[in-house]
Amino acid sequence: MNNLLSLEQGVAAIKRDDPWTLVRDAEAPLPEGALILPLALWLSRRIAPDPPHDAVWLGPDDEVEHLQPWLEVLPLIALDFPSFRDGRAYSQAYLLRTRMGWHGELRAVGDVLRDQLSHMRQCGFDGFAVREDKSAADALKGLAGMSVSYGRSVIEPRPLFRRR
Amino acid sequence: MYRYDEYDRALVFERVAQFRDQVERFIAGDLSEEEFLPLRLQNGLYLQKHAYMLRVAIPYGTLGAQQLRTLASIARDYDRGYGHFTTRQNMQFNWIELQQVPDILQRLAEVDMHAIQTSGNCVRNITTEAFAGVAADELLDPRPLAEILRQWSTINPEFLFLPRKFKIAICSAHQDRAAIMMHDIGLYLYPDTDGQMLLRVLVGGGLGRTPILGLQIREGLPWQHLLSYVEAVLRVYNRHGRRDNKYKARIKILVKALGIEAFSREVEEEWQHLRDGPAQLTTDEYQRVAAAFVPPPYQALPDTDLDYGTQMADSPAFARWVTRNVQPHKVPGYSSVVLSTKPGIAAPPGDVTAAQMDAVAQWAEQFGFGEIRIAHEQNIVLPDVPKARLHALWSLACAQGLGSANVGLLTDIIACPGGDFCALANAKSIPIAQAIQQRFDNLDYLHDLGDISLNISGCINACGHHHIGNIGILGVDKNGSEWYQITLGGAQGKASALGKVIGPAFSAAQVPDVISRLIATYVRYRESDEPFIDTVQRIGLEPFKERVYGAMVQPA
Repeated sequence: MNNLLSLEQGVAAIKRDDPWTLVRDAEAPLPEGALILPLALWLSRRIAPDPPHDAVWLGPDDEVEHLQPWLEVLPLIALDFPSFRDGRAYSQAYLLRTRMGWHGELRAVGDVLRDQLSHMRQCGFDGFAVREDKSAADALKGLAGMSVSYGRSVIEPRPLFRRR
Repeated sequence: MYRYDEYDRALVFERVAQFRDQVERFIAGDLSEEEFLPLRLQNGLYLQKHAYMLRVAIPYGTLGAQQLRTLASIARDYDRGYGHFTTRQNMQFNWIELQQVPDILQRLAEVDMHAIQTSGNCVRNITTEAFAGVAADELLDPRPLAEILRQWSTINPEFLFLPRKFKIAICSAHQDRAAIMMHDIGLYLYPDTDGQMLLRVLVGGGLGRTPILGLQIREGLPWQHLLSYVEAVLRVYNRHGRRDNKYKARIKILVKALGIEAFSREVEEEWQHLRDGPAQLTTDEYQRVAAAFVPPPYQALPDTDLDYGTQMADSPAFARWVTRNVQPHKVPGYSSVVLSTKPGIAAPPGDVTAAQMDAVAQWAEQFGFGEIRIAHEQNIVLPDVPKARLHALWSLACAQGLGSANVGLLTDIIACPGGDFCALANAKSIPIAQAIQQRFDNLDYLHDLGDISLNISGCINACGHHHIGNIGILGVDKNGSEWYQITLGGAQGKASALGKVIGPAFSAAQVPDVISRLIATYVRYRESDEPFIDTVQRIGLEPFKERVYGAMVQPA
């Protein structure tokens, strides 16, 4: 994917050599290379005798719990923001990270914009496929957010009252 | 009052800087209208008919004198010299320039204030009753938990893009003056037999186009679990609330669709993962916050004051004001005073000028401990006034136009800004309120009528809470002209009820006559001191309808 920001060991950078291709249209012929597939398609390919090493993306209507049996084999999970105003992926990210124990890359895809990146980061995303018409360099400025957060989050499980 | 420490302060100042940058990027064209919209809403900024409106948060309705002076200075320097108190204890400024908003927010931050999440699809200002901490009928002080909730909900990253707005209220008195049954989450705080704080949790209340009273999902929740439990409710809502239709997106619709039992099960299941974890509140944290709400240094005063008795006897006008506007206090010799913002034709309900704000700030220091409250009914409360000084305060309040002796009476109208300001409104609210206030300008008659709540909303979004007014007036659009539908029998508090429509709508000019006829019907049927709402409940709607529709008023 292009226009990607990634967070590695707490350091954010523009990632220029990302191998993954996001497949939105499950009907169209699949491109070559490393693919991020919608859940149903991913599952259908998974049951093949020699399953490919695909990644999966979930829409906000998909239940993250469906991924529980596959966490060992998934190389990457992406969560889709069909609109940046749809906040369901924040809760999906929380559940994947905190409850289901997903430690691999969690990538935000879709309507991913600078002013929401810090919320995504706090909810456990570490890959951010910034919308292609926006500048990734500019979006990078939104990743840090504010220095204070009251509540707990994925990256800081202790609420402020346990730290202040 | 809660005072900011370095964390709270850092947060509001960083937020101002962040929004300043967002405003600049919007003006430069780097942010589209659509992208900017939720950013400005979550900083309290609406675009209305004529200008931007900024809604400033007044957490649980509590203000310090210096904070109120700051609001006055904003009214003077950036608006047209006045502000408007809302039913959710906030203040709105109606004539704001976008470019100036960062400077206004900076000025607010300097006195521990902000406009964060006063709008948008997120957790809004946490509200409670105006007499918290001082009411004679209070069980426990709800303010420490309200402040703890305020902090928890502020910029909580998971819950900033909910399906719809989310309102939480908490109350802990015999009378519910915080309308907790009308909230997405209503919390009732009470002590168990050992004095431990427990919470009753209601969900799914709300007005708007589908008015529903909240239903209980939890009884006896120990206070330590407040945040984890609210988190569980919000996560269930964020995941499963409808997003396909904004009119069906409030949590009440989800609760209705699932049924309260199934919804409770979902919440309990979610909560099992969270309980006893890091979100569990600690006694240290409770005490840190509660220390900000310790009672002020009250004097030991006799509960009856001779001069006060004499002043009551000498001045019927003062005595009348005391009957309506003065509330009993926990501490002997003290009272809480309600300053009515409903003088009638002189000003729309809830509007207060900069000069009045400065005067109130001065009185708060002169007669009390420098604290001011904003009531859900859009009035101002001075919580700690010695009885011996009530007369002096009353005289000053009258001179400032804040001495109307009409709290709880027919002219203490709750009204939204309506079609004069709001882009959503179908009809105007303020001229209707003023026409009714003009019609009922005889104080003796009003006092004889006693408690009657009248609420006006300019549209179905119900910001004037017309469903829970004893008399409710709703502005509706009929072929491009403004009409008003009347409901009867609504009530707030523990005996909350939703009003019922009496029949076809009326023109603006007909409304005062309709109200007169409703009141005449009440006067005819009431038994001794029976309040309006009791008469309505006893005799039903028919006699009122007959009087209104059977006579001269031509329904549309």
